[in-house]
Amino acid sequence: MSNSFLIILGIIIPLFAALFSYVCRYNNNLRDSFGIIGGLITFVISLKIFHGIQNNEVYQITFFTLFDGVDFAFKVSALGSIFSLVASSLWILASIYTIGYMRGAGEKNQTRFVIFYSIAIHAALAIAWSGNLLVLFIFYEILTFSTFPLVGHKQNAESQSAGRLYLSILVGTSLIFFLPAIFWIWLKTGTLDFQDGGILMNKFPAEYLSFLIAMLVFGIGKAAIMPIHRWLPAAMVAPTPVSALLHAVAVVKAGVFSFLVVVVYIVGPDFLLQTKSSDWLVWLACFTIMASSIIAITKDDLKARLAYSTISQLSYIILGAALASSLALKGASFHIITHALGKITLFFCAGAIYVTAHIKKVSDLKGMGYKLPLIFFAYTLGALSIIGVPPFIGSWSKFYLIMGSIEREFIIVAIILGISSLLNIYYLLQPVVIGFTQNSKKEIKLIKAPLTVWPPLITGLGCFVFFFYANYFLNNISGVIVN
Amino acid sequence: MFDIFLDDAPALVVVLPLLISAIIAFMPSKIWPWIISIITLLLHLFLSLHLLKEISVSGLIIYEFGNWEPPWGISFKIDGVNIGLQLLFSIFVLVSTFYSRKIFLNEIDYRDSGKAYSLWLLAVGSLNGIILTNDIFNLFVFLEISALASISLIALGAGQNRKALLAAFNYLIIGAIGATFYVIGVGFAYAMTGTLNMNDLVIQLAQYSDGQLAIFAGMSFMLIGLMVKAAIFPVHIWLPPAYSYAPSAVSTLLAALATKTILYFFVRLLYEVFIIYPSYLSLFLDFVLYPLSLLAIFIGTVIAIYQDDIKKLLAFSSIAQIGYITLAFSLKDHSGVASGFVHIFNHALIKGGLFMAVGYFAILYKDRVTLNSLKGFGYKYPITSFALLICGLSLIGLPLTNGFISKLYLFQALYTNQMYLSIALVAVSSALAVVYFWKIVEQMWFSEIKFKSEKEDAYIYLPIWIVTISIIVFGIYSTPIIEFSNLSADYLISGYQN
Repeated sequence: MSNSFLIILGIIIPLFAALFSYVCRYNNNLRDSFGIIGGLITFVISLKIFHGIQNNEVYQITFFTLFDGVDFAFKVSALGSIFSLVASSLWILASIYTIGYMRGAGEKNQTRFVIFYSIAIHAALAIAWSGNLLVLFIFYEILTFSTFPLVGHKQNAESQSAGRLYLSILVGTSLIFFLPAIFWIWLKTGTLDFQDGGILMNKFPAEYLSFLIAMLVFGIGKAAIMPIHRWLPAAMVAPTPVSALLHAVAVVKAGVFSFLVVVVYIVGPDFLLQTKSSDWLVWLACFTIMASSIIAITKDDLKARLAYSTISQLSYIILGAALASSLALKGASFHIITHALGKITLFFCAGAIYVTAHIKKVSDLKGMGYKLPLIFFAYTLGALSIIGVPPFIGSWSKFYLIMGSIEREFIIVAIILGISSLLNIYYLLQPVVIGFTQNSKKEIKLIKAPLTVWPPLITGLGCFVFFFYANYFLNNISGVIVN
Repeated sequence: MFDIFLDDAPALVVVLPLLISAIIAFMPSKIWPWIISIITLLLHLFLSLHLLKEISVSGLIIYEFGNWEPPWGISFKIDGVNIGLQLLFSIFVLVSTFYSRKIFLNEIDYRDSGKAYSLWLLAVGSLNGIILTNDIFNLFVFLEISALASISLIALGAGQNRKALLAAFNYLIIGAIGATFYVIGVGFAYAMTGTLNMNDLVIQLAQYSDGQLAIFAGMSFMLIGLMVKAAIFPVHIWLPPAYSYAPSAVSTLLAALATKTILYFFVRLLYEVFIIYPSYLSLFLDFVLYPLSLLAIFIGTVIAIYQDDIKKLLAFSSIAQIGYITLAFSLKDHSGVASGFVHIFNHALIKGGLFMAVGYFAILYKDRVTLNSLKGFGYKYPITSFALLICGLSLIGLPLTNGFISKLYLFQALYTNQMYLSIALVAVSSALAVVYFWKIVEQMWFSEIKFKSEKEDAYIYLPIWIVTISIIVFGIYSTPIIEFSNLSADYLISGYQN
């Protein structure tokens, strides 16, 4: 198979999965199986591309020219190969989980759900492999629009207003800040292609660079930096598979991935380091990390707590990009993988607890640890990884981020990262502690939903196992940073 | 044999629809007026293509009526500025006429069919006259014919809703005021120069190079009159009721083409004639047109958000979109004028498509289309709804649609003129467009009510989809629109720089 064909195949398979799901909408089992099959195929393709990138192969395809200097083209970058690997591999597990969850919770409109789920993955993969900023923008918007039906899935007043908030913030910021920023870059450089080392050096006035960075970071609302974070907690009204795969992996990671790509391949880390135009963003990211951790502590709803934890973790990646040193960028890129693996585990568990015991609140978890040992075990693994305890994969990215901030002589940032870990311990492990220490007098009827238990166990164990294979990913990431 | 006719093609594109209009006026048949109109408009398209061929060879055609040489006789002028518009006009009129049949059958008494198509062709011929004429008084004549034809067409909506009469009357009065302003201006110009021909006017005005109060007064009268006719904020008030109470087919024609042709003449007058008073021109552009455009963009969008009636919503969005066009025209350079023309083309397609889809919904729903009445339409009528979705996304200006191309060139023009504040405003307003458009989408697909899909009429959704596909095609392959617009701007701006 030729390289360009692989890209087309990888991008189009989720669409076919959506199409087949629609065609087989009257046969539930067949309909839901296409997510798994599609996930397997795209995973194999992503893996092949991932290895190809390691061997310096070039994956690109150009379809047509949109306007001067901008083609509708895909080209896999090292960063993109990582993101696509994460999204496609987790799609398999999420598809399995979706079956268990949606049937266990008795959700309506499952066909529509499955279809838009697949379309969202399609958009995420296309973002990962996009060849220039405009193509990235196109699929960024498609991702927003395709997840809207998932957020508003329940079609009640609450989910409707959440859907509106979701859409207006994400589309609004992208149209007001992101698109004009793209135009600006195009007008200055005449191109939008991703190139190693960036395209802005010597072409963009350095004194306006901080302004451009601001337009980008606020325009890419999916990165959920404060004050553009409100959509993420609101989106938690969606069924948990959405929160798990999309609002812990695909959507939010598409956001931080877009920003990383802009920093690495458009602005160029060297240019940023020279002008120090992103130093202000370091502090905003630190503020977001601390503020959202503190909010997370106050949240009793497990999913809301995880959402604020996500906001805080996303800012780690923004922080790494803003520091722009090679170690920080390494940590930020790696954090895409580690956080995805950890956070999807936690969301899977939250959903599993909801399906089996109908519990949403942390304070109601009393004694549940003994009743749902496997789920709590998986949860603990995921939480430890996110906190950054060795030997879990999350410790690597945190390590690199701290090293990166010391490299840039931002000692306070390193301290803040440490404090944030402490806060993580508190609010992520509190459910476990409550689950195992306090006893509940209430009798709770448990519903069996085994399909919701195995996926988090797999990802949780993955957090542990991949700690020892971190170099496997880091090889690709090292290719990203050309300092 | 055809050659004899082809020599007169510039006149025929206007005269043919007017002639046929008289013939079919009292035809009692249900279908023949439509068939004859279609044949007429096919011929019209053929003639327009012939004009395109001629222009690509010679670059300029001056057609003298009755062989009276200008400046004494009336003349039509076809050059790079209007040939693109002429082509768009021809094609879109054909498509919307094709669309109009089933709509008219539902919305007006079938015995009125002959009258309706007679008025329809009258509007088509006179609007086409506005595109081609090279004579400022002749323009007034066409303005009046088109206004009377459109007013009568709007009044045909009275069978559905009596408010159509009020809307038509409003349009009549305000339109007449606008036309009066214009003709007073023409009077001033004629008194001072003794000519009505635009080319001659430029030569004659040159003798008053230091400027004369009477001339400035005349110019101001003409511009204000045209602004009323083109529905430029704040003299736009006739437009929303007129568009929303007219029969659906009529709103499609008017929204897509009526204001566009007048805007075209407006910019032609500015950059071809009034250009000899640069200080007056820049005064008007910088302190009148530019701020009014910004206001139109902002206020039109905000009012659209609060509309419940979908046709009204689209009409207010038109006000904002006309604001985009005039904003581009107020920039006084090549990129600005070109991007204005780009948006004239693109917006004609977008708004045409939207009004077509909503018009069809009005017939299906058998009442005025409000937000509430659209509940579940996405499932009930998927083919039309999907077309509406694409047109709407293009209105917002998302990539891969032609609306994006418009926005791209508008941003570029604003950027080269260093109007950063306007860029911000345009960006915000396009984000606000999401709000009003998404209200529609939400009702159509995400409301509680569920329907089984129903059969849709291919005679209606085919034209809608032709427009929709052209929206996508011109979003991906924008070269034709860009080239026509650049051509227009080349012709107009070359005058400016001399």
